[in-house]
Amino acid sequence: MRLEPKPAPSLGVLLLYPLGAIAATLVFVSLLVLAAGASPFSVIWLVAKGAAGSQFAALETLTRATPLIFTGLAVAVAFRAKLWNIGAEAQLYVGGIVTVVLGTGALPLPQPVLLPVIAIAAMAAGALLLLGPALLKTRFGVDEVVTTLLLNFVVLLFVAMLLEGALKDPMGLGWPQSSKVVADAQLPRIVTGKRLHYGFVLALAAAFAIWVVMKKTVLGYEMRAVGHNPEAARFAGIPVDPVLMKTALLSGGLAALAGFSEVAGLKGNLTLDLSPGYGYSGIVVAMLAMLNPLGVVAAAIFVAGIFVGADAMSRSAGVPSYIADVVVATALLTMVTAILLSRFRVRWR
Amino acid sequence: MGAGAVFAGPAGGPLHLFTKSCMTREAVLRLSGITKRFGPLVANDAISFELMRGEVIALLGENGAGKTTLMNILFGHYVADEGAVEAFGAPLHPGDPKAALAAGIGMVHQHFTLADNMTVLENIALGTAPLWRPRLDRGAARARIRALSADFGLSVEPDATVAALTVGERQRVEILKALYRDARILILDEPTAVLTPGETEALFRTLKLLVAKGLSIIFISHKLAEVMAVSDRVLVLRAGRLAGERVTASTGRAELAALMVGQEVVSPPVPAMRSGTPLLVLSEVSTGGRGTGARLNRVSLTLRAGEITGLAGVSGNGQSALAGVIAGTETLTTGEIEIGGTVVSAWSPREALRRGIGRIPEDRHAVGTIGDMSVAENVISEQYRTARFARHGLLDWAAARAFAEEIIRDYDVKCPSPDSRIRLLSGGNMQKLILGRALDPKPRIILANQPTRGLDVGAVSYVHRRLLEARERGAAILLISEDLEEILALSDRIVVMSRGRLSGASARGERTIAELGELMAGHQGEAA
Repeated sequence: MRLEPKPAPSLGVLLLYPLGAIAATLVFVSLLVLAAGASPFSVIWLVAKGAAGSQFAALETLTRATPLIFTGLAVAVAFRAKLWNIGAEAQLYVGGIVTVVLGTGALPLPQPVLLPVIAIAAMAAGALLLLGPALLKTRFGVDEVVTTLLLNFVVLLFVAMLLEGALKDPMGLGWPQSSKVVADAQLPRIVTGKRLHYGFVLALAAAFAIWVVMKKTVLGYEMRAVGHNPEAARFAGIPVDPVLMKTALLSGGLAALAGFSEVAGLKGNLTLDLSPGYGYSGIVVAMLAMLNPLGVVAAAIFVAGIFVGADAMSRSAGVPSYIADVVVATALLTMVTAILLSRFRVRWR
Repeated sequence: MGAGAVFAGPAGGPLHLFTKSCMTREAVLRLSGITKRFGPLVANDAISFELMRGEVIALLGENGAGKTTLMNILFGHYVADEGAVEAFGAPLHPGDPKAALAAGIGMVHQHFTLADNMTVLENIALGTAPLWRPRLDRGAARARIRALSADFGLSVEPDATVAALTVGERQRVEILKALYRDARILILDEPTAVLTPGETEALFRTLKLLVAKGLSIIFISHKLAEVMAVSDRVLVLRAGRLAGERVTASTGRAELAALMVGQEVVSPPVPAMRSGTPLLVLSEVSTGGRGTGARLNRVSLTLRAGEITGLAGVSGNGQSALAGVIAGTETLTTGEIEIGGTVVSAWSPREALRRGIGRIPEDRHAVGTIGDMSVAENVISEQYRTARFARHGLLDWAAARAFAEEIIRDYDVKCPSPDSRIRLLSGGNMQKLILGRALDPKPRIILANQPTRGLDVGAVSYVHRRLLEARERGAAILLISEDLEEILALSDRIVVMSRGRLSGASARGERTIAELGELMAGHQGEAA
């Protein structure tokens, strides 16, 4: 077996690759479901119904997709410039910390001012967190995969420390959780009585903004050039290191918005389970979207739907909801394969 | 053609009568109807030919004509869409380099495939002994390499580390590697591109010895003089087709050049020199030890308006560092750069562009272009920040596309649209885009580093014409080339670089080829 390069496919054909990847994933997962002793068709049907079968289910899926859009965008932006940010999880938690610190009464501002101030502060904190690894990479050649990945654990332990100390809720009956943010620091709900909040709208706006940045702006052009060929970019006079810095700031800021949106929109306080791995799932989302910012929205909704649908399915079909993790992981693998196939033709002997 | 085809002529028909004693020779290699498509591009279109025992065939053609694709099919890197290959009468399993090796086909690539940190012996024996054997039989291998070296004039020390070898020696190792595996057919891809005149002669002597022992050789080149000197027959490829087949003894350079490009080629006339004002002055410039080539050691050089300065030298003697200094990618450890009378302080590629330096980099693929981006995105890469293409941080893609179309038209680039990925273009077309990008702002100083390496005759004369035009309008040009003929044809003054130092400048015609070659080779001798 060998790979030969082939010309870029048209947009229509390009869209077939993610669909093909999803189809391949379903086939593979069906085998696992069979092994678990259930019928693949009914399981797929139950997952789909659990993800989008009712207003409640659909809104729940969008709620779950919100942080994934932010982390997916963070990863897509960074990976486009070949800055391997594996630390969206840490940046998310830093955004959550800032939201709780500023949102629990420290700033006596009205809601229309307070929320943007907190959001910007959260972004700044997340951006600064990624700036460190980016500086180490450009100055000393330290591998950012290692530094950003390890920072996830550092930050999580730091959060644990805060929740047992400085930020511990005095009314929390000893649980490791922070106080709730004040009402003015909460993102309003889109549908009264449902969990979906305006963080989702913010996420859509962010996706569109990033799409504009990548497609239309000088910075987006520089980021893509640096990502594709840093040496040629440097030769052409593109300031490679500053571009990587800006990429890091943007990526870290986006991931921190996920933390802001989860705390201010959904949870209200900071806990150690604020994120069930949204930072890592963001990598899957970005890859499924082939790093396209608008694709990130679709991919995030798909991944969120799998998780939400699998929860519902496991209650009625008796197949463990871990199947959702398998689906997402398999989707990542098939997608990476599909991206390869979109650029190369496979020749068999 | 079946088994009885020994007496049948190849596609050329009557030409065959002129080859020496062809009736007694067997065809060792037979390609029939090889066709290879990459999407809409037909890289090879129904190519058929035969290679006889003890014969040297030259494969001549423009860049993008399909030479490399054809050889990749022959050697099993690619699978042909149609057609078949026969070696020594047996069909060759397609798409399998191991089968090609087993059939006695050896290939010497343009870019060497040696492990730098291993010895010559290890490189040659690598892959020939089974992996499960704990130790190599070094004694036997060494004896065999020594014997082959002596037989074919390929002198090289088996126990030397490859990293310590000169380019010419590395090429000898590549040839030895093929012979060690009992190659009976040797394919050489642009073998002289990196050699000094003396090394080239030695290579040709080796080829004669190989042929005398009954080996057959396919020699890929775009240099007409060498093709005439070394081959028995010439196959000319043009746009994927076999444009012609000639017996070397009964053809000439002009005819081959015309076959290659499909039209007569005329060397551009070089008008007399008028000495202009110094535009760029390097004084006592040295560089640090980054990269593989030699670093500069107190180099001084003046480029004057309306003058082409040719920099000759064997590759790896500091040309890359000097080019980097002028392009803005290299930092100085001593010395200064003076442009238009002012000494520059902060030096970077962007600053070089701002000061009016047009740069043609040595490596089109790695440095000159961003392969996965479009033609339009590539041509604006040096100007994207200017008001022409950007306003308030937003890029004007319409302007970028228009600029790309302008270059495509003015520089005669063959490319489907400004939106196609530049990776899919041939080297010559890529180079024309780079040329257009560099010359569009009408730079006062031009750095042309190996501007025609690997290009076909047509593209070479095109690039030369453009450089001479720039000279006419008063640009100061530094032409760095390993091709001495090119330097001699274009330069008003010539300097020779060796071991990071520059020789004094000589005016056009002041030194002979032999003198310059001696200067290059002599200095190289000191380095080794």
